[in-house]
Amino acid sequence: MDIGKDTLLWMYERMRLIRQFEERLHEDFAAGKIPGFVHLYAGEEAVAVGACANLRIDDFITSTHRGHGHCIAKGVAIREMMAEIYGKSDGACKGKGGSMHIADVDKGMLGANGIVGGGPPLACGAGLSAKSRGTDQVTLCFFGDGASNQGTTAEAQNLAGIWKLPIVFICENNRYAETTSTDYSVSGRDIAARARGFGMPSVAVDGQDVFSIYEAVREAVARARRGDGPSFIEAQTYRYFGHFEGDTIKYRTKDEEAYFRGRDCIQRFRDAVLEQGLVTEPGLAEIDARTANIIEDAAIFAQQSPLPEPETTLGDVYVSYPAAQLWPFREPALAGR
Amino acid sequence: MAARELSYREAINEALRLEMRRDPTVFLMGEDVTGASQSSDPAHLDAWGGVLGVTKGLVHEFGRERVRDTPITESAFVGAGVGAAATGMRPVVELMFIGFLGVCLDQITNQAAKMRYMFGGKAKIPLVIRTMIGAGLSAAAQHSDSMYSTFVHFPGLKVVAPATPADAKGLLAAAIRDDDPVIFCENKMLYDVKGEVPEGEYVIPLGQADVKRAGSDVTIVAISRMVQVALEAAEALAREGISAEVVDPRTLSPLDEDTLLESIRKTGRLVVVDEDNPRCSVATDIASLAATRALDYLNAPVRLVTAPHTPVPFSPALENFYVPKPDRVAEAARSTVKLAAGV
Repeated sequence: MDIGKDTLLWMYERMRLIRQFEERLHEDFAAGKIPGFVHLYAGEEAVAVGACANLRIDDFITSTHRGHGHCIAKGVAIREMMAEIYGKSDGACKGKGGSMHIADVDKGMLGANGIVGGGPPLACGAGLSAKSRGTDQVTLCFFGDGASNQGTTAEAQNLAGIWKLPIVFICENNRYAETTSTDYSVSGRDIAARARGFGMPSVAVDGQDVFSIYEAVREAVARARRGDGPSFIEAQTYRYFGHFEGDTIKYRTKDEEAYFRGRDCIQRFRDAVLEQGLVTEPGLAEIDARTANIIEDAAIFAQQSPLPEPETTLGDVYVSYPAAQLWPFREPALAGR
Repeated sequence: MAARELSYREAINEALRLEMRRDPTVFLMGEDVTGASQSSDPAHLDAWGGVLGVTKGLVHEFGRERVRDTPITESAFVGAGVGAAATGMRPVVELMFIGFLGVCLDQITNQAAKMRYMFGGKAKIPLVIRTMIGAGLSAAAQHSDSMYSTFVHFPGLKVVAPATPADAKGLLAAAIRDDDPVIFCENKMLYDVKGEVPEGEYVIPLGQADVKRAGSDVTIVAISRMVQVALEAAEALAREGISAEVVDPRTLSPLDEDTLLESIRKTGRLVVVDEDNPRCSVATDIASLAATRALDYLNAPVRLVTAPHTPVPFSPALENFYVPKPDRVAEAARSTVKLAAGV
């Protein structure tokens, strides 16, 4: 295995953080502590982590409505993520974005995205920007099997292809767009094959194997950095929870769920590194304890963070704009005119 | 500042050229903004320079990287403009006709407009979308919309609609330098209109209206090409002894409420001339401004002179009926004066 020990430990830590983060949200949502729509990434950790293990901090990613894993893999602060999902003032977006819009542009995380297929055109922009500024920054564009059917995704692959943009398109095929299986929604059934039509290398890999993802993305990132253009990777994976929290999941079988849980990316990582003697059991246990503490600390931080002041609703719309026009017909008694 | 005559088209071209010289992160992108990008034959260089020639010549100075032809995929290249703006560039994206908004609405309203807000202020999107508006070329319903009201509706966007060559130059420079996404609406019927334009650097701050003609009896607020229509009406009214003040908001979001209200309070009468469709429009917005903040000053009901609630028709006979004309504006203004006089 051609992966340094630091990277291996980082991968394990990030996958554990994502899993524990999502399991914590699953519990806290059920307990009524979290507002809104929450889409959990548990089960797919290997994709975000194996992919982002190849990135530098100045590289970019675009993400999806199921974006917590991408954020954690790209290094967005976990306390601020948790506080954001709780709708609190210390959140990554001051409580204005929530689960579906966590972003940290300084860390190259260009935003989760509530629109299926919203991200690929943005990824083209980040790629074009890097090319125009003469840097070798790479952009990973995460999207799902649902977005693979959106026109924006096809358009973005075309644009990236003709302009040789430094982008890696990563389709997280978790088999279901909401309740609807790719068996129903994907004509031709082969998502990776579509990308070849745009003239870029494309492979389908086991998305529950972090090493397979890492290797495939490593090659694609190197190609992008060399200026040889975009690549496409279909990561075949599975989400453990429903489309969103509250989903009763009446569209897949227990057998299917058990099959994929039996191929769990974290368990397979443990088995592989222990068998090869790359990391010790106590080494992994130490990480488990540390990540558990980080998540517990983040949950406490989120719960203790104050709610945002209502008037902050009116901030951050523009860089500059007349304040009174952010609510032109507001009742005068409230507007303080 | 020295000035000379330029067309509206030339003024826009000059603003683009000067801003691209000034800032290497500014670049243009759109369908055939230069043309024939597949060809290395010098005879094909700058085959179009924009469908109506507005960006003509820029490729010779800045090259195809900065005057970048796109495939006809509005969602992809408008979205690419948003992504590039979020990561350090200042893209000027050309959406050929404003009706093509329908193809790429998500990238404008859900991505460009909301990103800064959703991210808690941690992103800025210094993007300009240049787009053509207006009826008059028998281009029919999908190539003749005005539609700026649609963009004004969305928080996070700024909207500019210049009526003169000088305003086009100064406002485009300001739009490019602005750190928020700006929709810059160019009226295709104005491209050949000439006017004095200051040489060199010339920037008009966004959000400032301009009184195009001073008057005392009635305020006529007019947008884009309708400024010309309003000025013609004002000339006719003057011959009847009615003094009309023509106010051009120039920027539609933010709106220079103070200048509009000052004029309305002075004259006590308001006519709004708007080529856009009338429901939930800039025209109704300005009327509501008068109703909520200047009602005590009004001596007559507000009159709106707008296009009908129909798509733009094709036949010149129909299109001519659709677009507001000076006689309609003059009649509306006259009625407010007569009503006030109790005639």
